[in-house]
Amino acid sequence: MRKTLPRAALGPLFALATAAHAAVMTPPVAPPSVPFTKATVIAGAKFFADHCSACHAVSNLRYKRMGADLGLSKAVITKSFMKPGGANYLKGMRPAMTQAEAKKWFGLPAPNLSHMARALGPRFLYTYLTSFYWDPKRPSGWNNHVFPNVAMPYILAPWGGIYTKNGKLLVPGRETPAVFDRHVADVVAFLRYASDPSVFERRAIGRYVIGAFVILSILAYLLKKDYWRDVHDKEAPGGAQKGATAKSARKG
Amino acid sequence: MSKVVDWFNARFPAREMMREHMTEYYAPKNFNILYYTGSLLLLMIVLQLLSGFFLMAHYVPTSQDAYNSVQGIMYDTKWGWLVRYMHVDGVSLIFILLYLHIGRGLLYGSYRSPRELLWVIGYLIYVLMMGEAFFGYILPFGNLSYWAGQVITSIIHAVPIIGPGLTTLARGGPGVGTATLERFLALHAVLWFLILAACIGLHILALHKVGSNNPDGIEIKDHKGPDGTPLDGIPFHPYYTVKDIFGVGVFLTLFAAIIFYAPTMHGVFLERTTFFRANPMVSLPDVTPPWYLAPYYAMLRAVPNKYEGIALMVAAVVVPFFMPWLDRCKVRSSRYRPVYRFMILLMAVTFFTLAYVGEQPPLPKYFLIERLGATIYLGFYLLLPIISRFEPTRPVPERVRS
Repeated sequence: MRKTLPRAALGPLFALATAAHAAVMTPPVAPPSVPFTKATVIAGAKFFADHCSACHAVSNLRYKRMGADLGLSKAVITKSFMKPGGANYLKGMRPAMTQAEAKKWFGLPAPNLSHMARALGPRFLYTYLTSFYWDPKRPSGWNNHVFPNVAMPYILAPWGGIYTKNGKLLVPGRETPAVFDRHVADVVAFLRYASDPSVFERRAIGRYVIGAFVILSILAYLLKKDYWRDVHDKEAPGGAQKGATAKSARKG
Repeated sequence: MSKVVDWFNARFPAREMMREHMTEYYAPKNFNILYYTGSLLLLMIVLQLLSGFFLMAHYVPTSQDAYNSVQGIMYDTKWGWLVRYMHVDGVSLIFILLYLHIGRGLLYGSYRSPRELLWVIGYLIYVLMMGEAFFGYILPFGNLSYWAGQVITSIIHAVPIIGPGLTTLARGGPGVGTATLERFLALHAVLWFLILAACIGLHILALHKVGSNNPDGIEIKDHKGPDGTPLDGIPFHPYYTVKDIFGVGVFLTLFAAIIFYAPTMHGVFLERTTFFRANPMVSLPDVTPPWYLAPYYAMLRAVPNKYEGIALMVAAVVVPFFMPWLDRCKVRSSRYRPVYRFMILLMAVTFFTLAYVGEQPPLPKYFLIERLGATIYLGFYLLLPIISRFEPTRPVPERVRS
């Protein structure tokens, strides 16, 4: 009786918690397999510097910092990544387009992408970048399934191809869908790094920090076990005397 | 060497303090895993103070530069990310520890006479910690900070007569801006923190006056040996100091795993919307509090009337203060009180269900859960005086079990 009462009442309780959970679950976007390694980030950064940097800044990420994190020399960074005119090795990634130009051409400045991956999540960015479709009613000619009436034109169309709203392929791209998806994933990997530049440093030293604490825990456990020996001795019948002497010996 | 020590001890009660609080402070020998939380909380407060110091050294409390100064810590400052993640994830860990610590007090009746004041001071620390966390939450000035600051300070608006004036005073102006950041930083790092630290000191002093409770809820002072020390007690130092060092090791391992491999905990410890700059022109689709305050937010939303909702939320925060006087049972520990034990379990599950619901957008489908949850949570405290008088208890042993 003692045990059945709580159990009988726990059933509906967990049902309540599960219902709360189920009520808020929305079907997640199919997660693309986005490998996140230095290699993918470098590939994404290269594509970003060649194309996205025309409009978008990553103002918080300095070129120097990027070189240090990704293991690229100053010469490589200067040659392959600092594309926009006026880019400074010591300063953040800047766009080629000025804010005034962006306002004139697209109606509003292109957003700074420093924290975009953290704010929206890599999955959303990936889905967004692969969800553009041809829409003649828009001034730019482009629209997006997950970001309706977006101002950005689909600059990835030459690679990925042009689709209608219903998903019909109008003009095939330069790349097969599989290759294209991987390239988009690379760009997303770069944006993920840009929003969290400590990630490689963290991963590199994390295991040593955890290892040190594990060793500390083991040593502390052995120390505790040794100290507590007299407490357990005291509990054993006839061991009270021994425990007391051990304690007083330690005190002295 | 001993001469130096004697000289020092003749002028400062170091030896007496060591005896009173460490070597001759007798703690029950049957502490379980929940008893690590106290020392870990103390450790976390010290870590927050240290990491907070370094953060403050780089922080600019103006609406123009606050966001960028925090991002500067993350991008440009050597080890800045480590310090900030320590501070941000530290808050969530503190609240996890606080909930375990409070839950332990409820489970083993640690609020009962003579520990009423210990409970009241401890619960006050929890309430102060919510304020401390809120002030800190506003400082990075992401868009969530801005809107959370607007929403929470507007709660003060509900105070009769002086509400509007108080809101302006809290914000330092009609809206959340530079003046708000400046006063919140001053509160977060100076005044509020000092009050919090003082309360922690009082909590420990009060504990050492009445002595620690234990999972059996039996007074160890009732059974003393010939030397006048409790038979079931052991000196805090060295026994519990070495045990707590082990606890610290395990805890820091977990802490490091979070900092190095999941610092935002998938948006739970560090929300996604904090990565947009504060923008009064772009309101967030839904402003949700951090997870540790979400249960109260869910209760606030359970009532579709601002004043009644706030009254319900304030009641939910305040009523646990009276726990020592609400419980009328003769037995302390829930080990020997099956009904009470079940009530605590029900209340705890409800509390964290509310935390989950409080994080979700305010949709009608949650109203039922929110209302049911608020009823169960408050019902636990309000029905306790009646139930505890008549509930069945099991026989309590004379001495602690180990």
